[in-house]
Amino acid sequence: MTAKEAITSTPVAQPEWGLLKILRETFEWFGELGLFVWRFIRAALTPPYEGRELLRQMDEIGAKSLPLVALAGGAIGVVLSMQTRDSLVRFGAKSFLPIVIVMSIIKESGPIITALVMSGRIGAGIGAELGSMKVTEQIDAIEASAVNPHKFLVVTRILACMLMLPLLTLAADFCGIMTGWVANALSDRTPLQLFINNGFEDVGFDDLFPSLLKALVFGFIIGLMGCFQGMRASGGTEGVGRASTSAVVLSSLFVILADVVLVRLIIMFFP
Amino acid sequence: MKMENNSSEPAIRMQDLHKAFGQQVVLNGVNLDVPRGQTLLVLGRSGTGKSVLLKLLIGLQKPDQGEIEINGAPVTSLPLKELNETRKKIGFLFQNAALYDSLTVEENVAFPLRRHSDLQDSEIRERVRELLAQVGMESALQKMPANISGGMKKRVGLARALALDPEIMLLDEPNAGLDPITAGEIDELIRDMQQERGITSVVVTHDMRSVHTIADRVAMLNRGAIVAEGTPEELKQSDDPFVVNFLQEKQEK
Repeated sequence: MTAKEAITSTPVAQPEWGLLKILRETFEWFGELGLFVWRFIRAALTPPYEGRELLRQMDEIGAKSLPLVALAGGAIGVVLSMQTRDSLVRFGAKSFLPIVIVMSIIKESGPIITALVMSGRIGAGIGAELGSMKVTEQIDAIEASAVNPHKFLVVTRILACMLMLPLLTLAADFCGIMTGWVANALSDRTPLQLFINNGFEDVGFDDLFPSLLKALVFGFIIGLMGCFQGMRASGGTEGVGRASTSAVVLSSLFVILADVVLVRLIIMFFP
Repeated sequence: MKMENNSSEPAIRMQDLHKAFGQQVVLNGVNLDVPRGQTLLVLGRSGTGKSVLLKLLIGLQKPDQGEIEINGAPVTSLPLKELNETRKKIGFLFQNAALYDSLTVEENVAFPLRRHSDLQDSEIRERVRELLAQVGMESALQKMPANISGGMKKRVGLARALALDPEIMLLDEPNAGLDPITAGEIDELIRDMQQERGITSVVVTHDMRSVHTIADRVAMLNRGAIVAEGTPEELKQSDDPFVVNFLQEKQEK
């Protein structure tokens, strides 16, 4: 083992080339992420469970994000209504407006807007919180009192994100559809009943379920990135800042990348 | 396995501890025993690995080489589950108290109790009140750690460390960053706690005042090794240049 190490490490370690260093660090990062996920799964499945803390996190992550998510969803509904109305009128297909709004909100806009808004709020929050706990020895203190910090901090936060994201997405969907109707009704006087009937005519559980699953995966990504970057923080307050910034950047990025893959999978499995 | 009987066996035994971070050697062959019920004060300049020594004792870090036994259990090689059993018998006061920011003072002290005792909610509340009263903090029950002073945090940290009735206490700079009066009060608290409960403790500090109030024995750490060890009186007789220098400079201050 040592001989092998010596052979592989000497030519690399001496003049560490910029690109090579970045590549090595990237692989290291993914390796550590893999271990982190494995530890999360193991800690999530074995007792004791931190029910009280999970509830607290669900309140923190879910309930307290509701106004923000509702506002974002509502804004999207208005924008969608205004934009598509214009195009549809041009093609003489104004009667499709409700279904276009409902479909696009349920299938894509709702989950992705919720996830991106939550990446900002929760990714940064978790990254900064765990980061500062790390640099002020609070995580050491948890470990010293014979409690698994992964169970207490990581599992509760990631699970809370996974449980709350679908619910928040539903809230965003609801607000988006309602404001979509309001924006439409201002120029068209369509009754809500008619708007809903038209909009949901062709929408079934098959459309809602996959996008809620998608929200669950987004929740996992946001919680994971926040916790992972936070637990890796080092180097005082500067490290805390770095942890929270990178948590936001990485969770938004991975949410969007995952969306591409998930949409492809959803089209495959829910044709 | 051992020839000594249980009572004469030291509560903590450190043998040949080595620890380095990269190129920086922090501990370089530390040997120390702490007899049951006694308080060992580890003195040394800032940044000489005193805190690392405590973290090794509770298994937060692993030594590169050497053995640690706590009540005969080999901390360095125990699997996590058994290590946690040993940790429950140890109270740890961190340098800046490391109270959990998101929990109230009451919840902070209740933290170990909720997880490692069978007490009901009401009993836990009762116990927390008792512990906080002992450190003179019963009025701060519902305060958040961010809203109390450094000295108060240390008191709460002490109450939290005492929550599970530990046999051993590890205290990392209990009076660093405090004014002399508060520092003296914390020392008094520690002394009372030792006298009432007969706890074995290791106190890491660079504060000479603590030598007279709380120490049964003193060990001096320099360049990663123990350069002198003995009772406070014995240490004063020492002719080791580092010890003489350290004691003199501290007295001049």
